[in-house]
Amino acid sequence: MSAALLETQQLCAFYGNTQVLFGLDLSIAQGGITTLLGANGAGKTTTLRAICGMVRTSGQIRLSGASIAGKRVEDIVRLGIAHVPQGRGTFTRETTEENLEIGAMTRHDRRAIAEDIERVYAYFPRLKERRKQQAGTLSGGEQQMLAVGRAMMLRPRLMLLDEPSFGLAPMVVEELFEIFRTLNTREKVSMMLVEQNAALALDLADQVYLIETGRLVTSGPASMMRDDESIRRSYLGY
Amino acid sequence: MMELFLHQVLAGIATGAIYACMALAIVMIYQAIDHLNFAQGEMAMFSTFVAWQLLEWNLPYWAAFAGTIALSFAAGVLIEHVVLRPILRAPALSHVVAFIALLAIFNSAAGFIWGHGIRSFPSPFGTQPIFGQTLVSPHNAGIMGMTLLMLVLLYLFFRHTRIGLSMRAAAANPESAQLAGIRVGWMLALGWGMAAAVGSVAGMLIAPIVFLEPNMMLGILLYGFAGAVVGGLTSPVGAVVGGVLVGVIENLVGTYMPLLGRELKLTIALVIIIAVLTIRPSGLFGRHIVTRV
Repeated sequence: MSAALLETQQLCAFYGNTQVLFGLDLSIAQGGITTLLGANGAGKTTTLRAICGMVRTSGQIRLSGASIAGKRVEDIVRLGIAHVPQGRGTFTRETTEENLEIGAMTRHDRRAIAEDIERVYAYFPRLKERRKQQAGTLSGGEQQMLAVGRAMMLRPRLMLLDEPSFGLAPMVVEELFEIFRTLNTREKVSMMLVEQNAALALDLADQVYLIETGRLVTSGPASMMRDDESIRRSYLGY
Repeated sequence: MMELFLHQVLAGIATGAIYACMALAIVMIYQAIDHLNFAQGEMAMFSTFVAWQLLEWNLPYWAAFAGTIALSFAAGVLIEHVVLRPILRAPALSHVVAFIALLAIFNSAAGFIWGHGIRSFPSPFGTQPIFGQTLVSPHNAGIMGMTLLMLVLLYLFFRHTRIGLSMRAAAANPESAQLAGIRVGWMLALGWGMAAAVGSVAGMLIAPIVFLEPNMMLGILLYGFAGAVVGGLTSPVGAVVGGVLVGVIENLVGTYMPLLGRELKLTIALVIIIAVLTIRPSGLFGRHIVTRV
């Protein structure tokens, strides 16, 4: 296995006085796709939010060895972590293309930005058709594509994907996950995927962490989890 | 008969331009922070006093004008950092209290520094009627021109610059904007600075008409609010159109229903606000904002 891109040690997270994560040790491999599985309320979304500094945390978070714990969201993002949030975070009144430009707001290389917009359109031709349309009028699937496209505009090292399949038609989900695979192999973007749909996630990912009420249950290669009958039954529900 | 009507409409547009100016500042800040700033009028009044002071120190008019805009911008940024930043995530009511406090502070501070006497403030456009007509004074024409110019500049800024797009993103969806690496806090401060600057221009344009004193903005702010609400709080163009409409309505009511017009001048603004909020809450040009639950 290659070196870790992101590592957490004893990661805890809090909403006000309520503790949600209890000492997670995670390691996301450079170039890999790691998935975080668990039931509703297990703390999957919170883990992603903790990595980006969107909730109060304690413990260590290291990106390529350098500590990012306690930094501001904007600064963490600028280090190359793109978070595709639950609910997609669409800027509904702005056009599709403006949404992509917003994703590149931390960059100043105009020509490269224009090229990257075309690159996103190559992955998602439907977005190109709707480039001048208000993003709020896009379908759920298109808005999810836009959210991924916006994340691509950052040229991230690590993409955090929070329930990208939520509320989408199976066909669209398939298309989307195929693109995740391509992004991972061709653009060398490492990924951390949070999913309700465990079967889907296990298909895409190579490394799995299973959490329950904010604590780590088990971890290992995706193939192992797929074959482990008892884990599948008790935690993954299929 | 017709001539009187036209005359009054034109005069209404002229006063309306003043309200439009103020409404524009109100909408600016509403766009940036999602709250109505009640202290907007007093901030504009204070800026105008600063301009007056600069003129007293014998600065040429346009130098004082530019200097006041720059100082107001800086003050707006400072106010955001010192007063609003600590209560960023506090409930709306905390903001209302802070705005009322700012209103009182600026009003008293102006009275304390410059006194409560009424002062005249010069117009850069002169007061001689153009073409020998008395319909629209050059100053009123100047106000209209400046308001339109500000509108165009703001439009270009928000539609066609990257920083304008960042500000829109930060206001519309702060969390998502942060995830795009946008420094949302700075965008808010910039929004305050710009609103204060637009307000200062409004104040300097209005002062030659209403005279300069600490309470000069009280009525105008109310009409500005009415204009902003009529046009829709989400639309700068709506603010200008709304402001002008309110001016015209005020003038026509004053002419044809003198009893109402004289005594109940401010009531008209309130009636307009309530009527619009009842019939079309998002205003003539405003977007209807739907919140998904």
